[in-house]
Amino acid sequence: MRSGVVYQMDVPYREPVRIRGFEFGNERGARTCAVVGSTRGNEVQQTFICARLVALLANLEREGMISANKSVLVIPCINPFSMNVQQRFWPVDRADVNRSFPGDAQGGTTERIAAAILRVAQTYEHGIQLCSFNQQGDFLPHVRISHQGAISDLSATIARDFGLPYVVTRVPSAFDEMTLNYVWQQHGTHAFSLYSKATDRIDKGSAQLVTDAVLRYLVARDILAPAAIKATGPASASELLHEVDLVDLRTRRSAGFLITTVRVGDRVRKGQKLAQVLDAYDTHVLETLQAPVDGRVFFMRTDSLVQQHMVVLRIAPDA
Amino acid sequence: MKQTVFSAMLPIGESLVVQKNRMRGTRRDGPRIAVVTGMYGDELEGQFVAFELARRLNDSPGDLRGTVDIYPALNPLGLSSHEHGVPQFDIDLERTFPGNPDGNLTEVLADAVFRDILGARACVVIHSSDAYVREMTQVRIDESPTTDLVDLASLLNPQIIWARAALSTSGPSLARALNARGCATVVVEMGAGMSVSKDSGSWLVEGILRLMERLHAWAGSTIALPYPRVVRGGNVAVLAASDPGLFLSYVGHGDRVRRGDVVGSIVNPLEGTITSEVRTPCNGLVFSLRTYPVVQPGSLLARILEEER
Repeated sequence: MRSGVVYQMDVPYREPVRIRGFEFGNERGARTCAVVGSTRGNEVQQTFICARLVALLANLEREGMISANKSVLVIPCINPFSMNVQQRFWPVDRADVNRSFPGDAQGGTTERIAAAILRVAQTYEHGIQLCSFNQQGDFLPHVRISHQGAISDLSATIARDFGLPYVVTRVPSAFDEMTLNYVWQQHGTHAFSLYSKATDRIDKGSAQLVTDAVLRYLVARDILAPAAIKATGPASASELLHEVDLVDLRTRRSAGFLITTVRVGDRVRKGQKLAQVLDAYDTHVLETLQAPVDGRVFFMRTDSLVQQHMVVLRIAPDA
Repeated sequence: MKQTVFSAMLPIGESLVVQKNRMRGTRRDGPRIAVVTGMYGDELEGQFVAFELARRLNDSPGDLRGTVDIYPALNPLGLSSHEHGVPQFDIDLERTFPGNPDGNLTEVLADAVFRDILGARACVVIHSSDAYVREMTQVRIDESPTTDLVDLASLLNPQIIWARAALSTSGPSLARALNARGCATVVVEMGAGMSVSKDSGSWLVEGILRLMERLHAWAGSTIALPYPRVVRGGNVAVLAASDPGLFLSYVGHGDRVRRGDVVGSIVNPLEGTITSEVRTPCNGLVFSLRTYPVVQPGSLLARILEEER
């Protein structure tokens, strides 16, 4: 393992921002896979998963299980400046680092960071980003791919090598066009976003699922020896889903306390009561949300208060 | 007449309500013009413009020929809590247009506002600068503007019309979405964040009245400023901090500078030293100038509109 500073920026009143990378395998070998962790200051789980990967890959390297002619890079956190003050966005101007790509080496502060990360990341054939959603909620761990051309067709096929239950493709909107995942793919990298169950707290169970998935993917790409897979849990046969196929349940006519009666990953039947919105003054039931289809709970909001017009649950319908 | 454009229930006994002031003139079939602001909770210049425009129209109801819809607060929660974005949401409202009726609250809000404006002959979107940089009043339009849009923009009494690939006009934005649907829309950037400039706001109100006059929606008096400078992105020098520290400006907003002039210094308060001097690469007009002095590498310090001398 070789560790180094991928990018450093001096800032006033604080230690310099140092973005650290950890490289495994042959430093002159083919740059095969880069893993990027948190881009926002509350992505604790994403940083934790990367830190676990660093530890696991260091062990596997000691055991001689990393290919002699390939290399892997892990950058656990590209935004320590925000993480250390526990703010999701860049503390000065509230810029979202994950919406600053492709960046600009002579541009604004977060654009400089984005440009520096992309300069390194785009040299890898495969890219894995650990992401969070912009609403408080838990996901079924899954791989997500921007669907924007031939490369994403191939990416969707090889994404099954992660062995996660779902591979989700999404036609990017204009809002996605400044994310690392989108720009990475534009530069010819097989780009994957991995979503785990938590964001601002450590969930060890789903963290393990994701680290296992990354190791399986590295084995499939011949970066790790097949024996490395022994350390991982059983793989799932991935189901391919288009994001538009997910069925949303939303608060249509109420706001208040949100009480859910299921958990992420639960199987649900059409007509089953999944959540209720209760009046915030006397707890009478304002709205009951029922499953419109048979399927599995793919996403569930975790805030206990909910506004009107909010997605509370997303169901992956049975095939 | 106050009208509710969008309403959504909040958890505890309150609703988020977006309102507009619909002001009807003497001609029912006259053109409709929309004036939209308050998208970010720390951008307040548009609040004065909304007030002053409504006051002017109230004072001269007989001169109003068409309909004016004033939307002063697209982000009422942000405005009331001094938050840039919509509290509780990580989504930038300006990047949400044209919205989505099946999305989350902010997307449904954007959809409702967008659909409400559709059909207007023209729309003026007013943004302030942020809390870090003061701006001259400028209209920003896409890099390849139509002549019509430049003409429309020039009526607003801006000091500058800047044709550039700015985020407020390219990418998803209210202006882009409306222009795509045939509603001529221009974006005004002015002043500074968290403050109100009555002079600049009053000139913009005169400009909106000029625009209304051109569209036969206003028969009252108007005042025109000299025709603005129309500049392309390449004619603007952007000065960004190369070092962290405290930026001390030696020029004023609106000053003319000569190539090589020291615009300011970045200093180190701990050591009492000057870290770097910032010089202008061209002759020109300082139309953007940093007001918040703490800077990081990449922080915008000034923009100079290049001028030949």
